[in-house]
Amino acid sequence: MGFLSQAWIIARKDIIGELRTRETILSMLLFGFLVILIFNFGIEPGLREENLVKPGVLWAAFTFAGILGLNRSFIAEKENDCLQGLLLCPVDRSVIYLGKFFGNFIFTLSMGLVVFLFFSVLYNVNLAQVALPLGAILVLATIGFAAVGTLFAAVSVGLKTRDVILSILLFPVMVPVVLAAAKSSGRVLDGVPLAGAGLWLALLVVYDVIFLTVSIMLFDYAVEE
Amino acid sequence: MAIRVKGLWKYFDHFPAIRGLDVELELGRFLTVFGPNGAGKTTLIKVLSTQIGPSQGQVEVGGCVLPGQADRLRRRVGVISHNTYLYPNLTARENLTFFGRMYRVPDLEERIKMLLEEVGLSGRRDDLVRTYSRGMQQRLSIARALLHDPDIMFLDEPYTGLDQHASRMLRDVLKTLHTGERTLVMTTHNIEQGLEMCDEVAIQVRGRLVFRENVAAIDRAAFEQTYFDHVGKDFRWDS
Repeated sequence: MGFLSQAWIIARKDIIGELRTRETILSMLLFGFLVILIFNFGIEPGLREENLVKPGVLWAAFTFAGILGLNRSFIAEKENDCLQGLLLCPVDRSVIYLGKFFGNFIFTLSMGLVVFLFFSVLYNVNLAQVALPLGAILVLATIGFAAVGTLFAAVSVGLKTRDVILSILLFPVMVPVVLAAAKSSGRVLDGVPLAGAGLWLALLVVYDVIFLTVSIMLFDYAVEE
Repeated sequence: MAIRVKGLWKYFDHFPAIRGLDVELELGRFLTVFGPNGAGKTTLIKVLSTQIGPSQGQVEVGGCVLPGQADRLRRRVGVISHNTYLYPNLTARENLTFFGRMYRVPDLEERIKMLLEEVGLSGRRDDLVRTYSRGMQQRLSIARALLHDPDIMFLDEPYTGLDQHASRMLRDVLKTLHTGERTLVMTTHNIEQGLEMCDEVAIQVRGRLVFRENVAAIDRAAFEQTYFDHVGKDFRWDS
């Protein structure tokens, strides 16, 4: 059994637990929906710059809702001190990181897809035209978000103020992802082909590679007491 | 030698939870470490079982030098703690399947079936762990710790939170662990439960072992006095 299949065993365990309670995904979806709805009321109808605002709304909802899921991903490991049981397993720490990353990626991506759907309904976006390019941006942004978020969630889980600490740690590091995702999805919503946002997509890819690698290397320190 | 520790120090920030501790234990022996709360017993178990690294000193468990060979040792170590390490939203069988796959246990289905029968939980194998009583969860945590048939076991206050009936059941299961070449180290502050199954006893106070003896050479009443003498003398951290 290889490195990735062992990581998948951890992710699968998280998915089974989540399907049973649906605590994380429901709270993420509800929060994402509320953010989009509130912005919808806040933005004046017929605003000329509406197209400039839309991507910001979309990625703000994604980030705020996503952070709820990240917070919960390691709380489940703290119950009954399961994280210690996991750390006792004869696998490299990077396997544990990747397992948690896969789980967070799947939960965040699922939330992102539904939030995109709410967004398209409330902001009159023709999803049939932009679904594929927006989907590609969503996947790239989610990889970066889950890569950094999994590491910081592991760092903050033992703290009483973990919700605040995770946000404080994560938001500044997430700026390039949110910026690149908002800029590239703005182009897509304006009807520009995805290739027109090439530089921003390249930034997302580079960010994903760098932060996934760095997070794998640092995870051992993050879970050390 | 199953365990060889020399000059072990473990700091949390600048606080030394273990202060220059030395201990050796031969293969197949059962050592119980007594000590009051805050003596560093759990920290000792965590270092020996690879959960945390030592700050200073030499630690060798099962021939593996820690922390360098921790990955190799983990395959051979089982830990039973007052925390069960069980996922409450998974069933007993799902929990054991998860840990069994992580340990790459061969013939896993058969092994799970056998262990659940051994700990008396086969009738509730498909129930969520969160519906179990504390005693049942602790018995399942024994099955989890035994899945990969470890030859070194660490038991950290395994009786914590159990009622008399559950304690008795746990004791019966623990008795079956002390077989063959399996080496066991248990920490507790309960003298009666601690003396019952072990071969050797030690008293840990303020991060050091201050007493060590074979259990055969111990008179229980005298040991109780020895324990309280050491704990009473050294319990105050500001002394």
